[in-house]
Amino acid sequence: MVQACEIYNDRVVRQFALMTVVWGVVGMAVGTLIAAQMLWPALNLDLPWTSFGRLRPLHTNAVIFAFGGSALFASSYYCVQRTCHVRLYSDRLAAFTFWGWQLVILLAAITLPLGITSSKEYAELEWPIDILIAVVWVAYAIVFFGTLVRRRVQHIYVANWFFAAFIITIAVLHIVNSLAVPVSLVKSYSVYAGTVDAMVQWWYGHNAVGFFLTAGFLGMMYYFVPKQAGRPVYSYRLSIVHFWALISIYMWAGPHHLHYTTLPDWAQSLGMVFSVMLIAPSWGGMINGIMTLSGAWGKLRTDPILKFLIVSLSFYGMSTFEGPMMSIRTVNALSHYTDWTIGHVHSGALGWVAMVSIACMYILIPRLYGRREMHSIRAIDLHFWVMTIGIVLYVVSMWIAGVMQGLMWRATNPDGTLTYSFIESLIATYPFYAIRLAGGLLIMAGMFIMVWNVWRTVGEPGGQTDVVIPAPAPQAA
Amino acid sequence: MTSGWGWFVVVLVLANVAGAMWLLFAHSHAPAGEAGGETTGHVWDGDLRDANRPLPRWWFWLFVLSTAWGLFYLILYPGLGGFPGVLRWSQEAQHAAEVRDATERQAPRYARFAGMTLVDLSREADAMGEARSLYANNCAGCHGSDARGAVGFPDLTDAEWLYGQEPDTLVATISEGRMGVMPGWEAALGADGVAQLVAFLQSLEGADVDAATATAGRDHYALFCVACHGVDARGNAALGGPDLTNGIWLHGGDAASLRVSIAAGRQNQMPPHGDLLGPDRVRLLAAYVLGLGAGAGDGRAARGN
Repeated sequence: MVQACEIYNDRVVRQFALMTVVWGVVGMAVGTLIAAQMLWPALNLDLPWTSFGRLRPLHTNAVIFAFGGSALFASSYYCVQRTCHVRLYSDRLAAFTFWGWQLVILLAAITLPLGITSSKEYAELEWPIDILIAVVWVAYAIVFFGTLVRRRVQHIYVANWFFAAFIITIAVLHIVNSLAVPVSLVKSYSVYAGTVDAMVQWWYGHNAVGFFLTAGFLGMMYYFVPKQAGRPVYSYRLSIVHFWALISIYMWAGPHHLHYTTLPDWAQSLGMVFSVMLIAPSWGGMINGIMTLSGAWGKLRTDPILKFLIVSLSFYGMSTFEGPMMSIRTVNALSHYTDWTIGHVHSGALGWVAMVSIACMYILIPRLYGRREMHSIRAIDLHFWVMTIGIVLYVVSMWIAGVMQGLMWRATNPDGTLTYSFIESLIATYPFYAIRLAGGLLIMAGMFIMVWNVWRTVGEPGGQTDVVIPAPAPQAA
Repeated sequence: MTSGWGWFVVVLVLANVAGAMWLLFAHSHAPAGEAGGETTGHVWDGDLRDANRPLPRWWFWLFVLSTAWGLFYLILYPGLGGFPGVLRWSQEAQHAAEVRDATERQAPRYARFAGMTLVDLSREADAMGEARSLYANNCAGCHGSDARGAVGFPDLTDAEWLYGQEPDTLVATISEGRMGVMPGWEAALGADGVAQLVAFLQSLEGADVDAATATAGRDHYALFCVACHGVDARGNAALGGPDLTNGIWLHGGDAASLRVSIAAGRQNQMPPHGDLLGPDRVRLLAAYVLGLGAGAGDGRAARGN
């Protein structure tokens, strides 16, 4: 029997929560620097280590896997304990996932600027680090599922379905895509070649979006939105249908990254068709989130964390509509290779992923340190507005730039020659790069407000950090 | 794709779509009394509950219609394994059709120049207007927007032509491309032999070099170089062997560059443009380049080094 005084393992959650904030600042700072390099190339300092080509993967790895990954570890460990009413399975393995994941991030921060890369997008790290990731991820799965198995409630809460799908799928994606033949400690070659390599890469790449950046964060949403709103999840049936539809249909969407390439037509079509069929399953999550707040709209006036959550869900709904539209052949012929793609990615990554993570941290961090709430609610409100305006500037400028580039590249004279040279489209993009940088600086400023607020919250004296596990509520059915 | 793999794809696609639709319809009818939003009765972590509401109707129809659209698309277009789709669309056919349309649309622009010789064309303002934009799109990347070339890329504004200045030769060069290859001689001549040849080449330009070294170089020249560059070192247009006396050095005329050229050889290529541009545009470009050369007058006087 479980002892009456058993407490949650919040130590590992605290560690991941603080590192979420730290890596958020680092990742977005590198992003702001490379946004400035697009405007002023001299900022690459004429050094190989600080050139755009090396800092760009550092930025993507830092925001996705360091910032987003730490947020997912923190929230999934917190959620699975609370919704199973048990302590995490194995404190030592949980600690290993924390230190192992930080080591992965540290190695990434060293090797990527040195130019050590497998050159696969979003999977740039070389094989020894890939193996470390796989080991840490298996440990993560053991901790998560071990906890789930020992739960003291019969039903598994919906957030845990999404965390579970995210953990299993990322393991499969990472291992299959990273298979390579090493030639030295810092260089390997993929076992795939040519078009097959491209297809495996984008099967991985798009499902990294679907499972790391979507399913995982939906798990986060399903715990923290009803918690913060104090309302039941809008529809259990919707949860079931959209969960299974989402995870099965996402698997097919990768080929839409390879329209009009050597990939066979049939595979391109399937990528596009399944992407369009993905609108409804994606929106199921948005509806369940937003409608959970229905009846609690008044709280939006006083609770800036709920503002973060509602705007986050809105960006989720918007970018999961935009994505399927961009996957349609004729639209893709315009949008592909332009900054429209960059705008789309950031409306998802900043608007949805970063905003829901930040909201989650604002809820988690005071609880983890035994406080009632963050040190300054007004600072959270300020962060919300600064970040929202920053994201809008970023996304809208890249939309305009992208559509303009697409139109300039395809414009032809009556004699069939191109109307514009590439450099002309680049010159026309400069003002939008400046607007994007302004947006990035605002987003950065928001992160510094968050750091200050977290510092003050954590630094306040007192606070009980050990939480005794409550008995589960008696089940009605 | 073999038919076995084709059917594998078909079955997998349809099973996934059917599974999603079955799940949707199985949950689409709410039993009486559920619409009020009572919860399922499950409680987690004190206050987390699920309401038992039916699926929103608009969402239900969004899912059904987007799926129906997807299946309709897969009937029209390739996607279901080896089934090519009713429209028989392919990206290659789309590209070919667009090229055919453009060619037909643009044919009249070039028809008016059909009977003219390249020399006449090069003096025809209309034709050269067309050619200028063709040049900017297709040639400026290597030969420069002013056509003066760069190291490794020939200057088109002088009156010197590696393969001769017959108009038809220009057409062939643009259409078929060129491969300029000079073998490396360091293995045969040694470092000293290369240095002697460099001195000989510099002496051809009247540079002040050691006479004995240059003479030794001339002996090497007579043995190794004469076949491509000619007895008088004025080149051989049939082979594309450059004239070594005109002061034009494609890969650089300083001693260090000459040493590299002789010791390691050179590989240079111009890609073929015949398939890309078609014969009408190639002729316009040849006339344009001819005009550039003619404008140079006495190329030797005008060139810099």
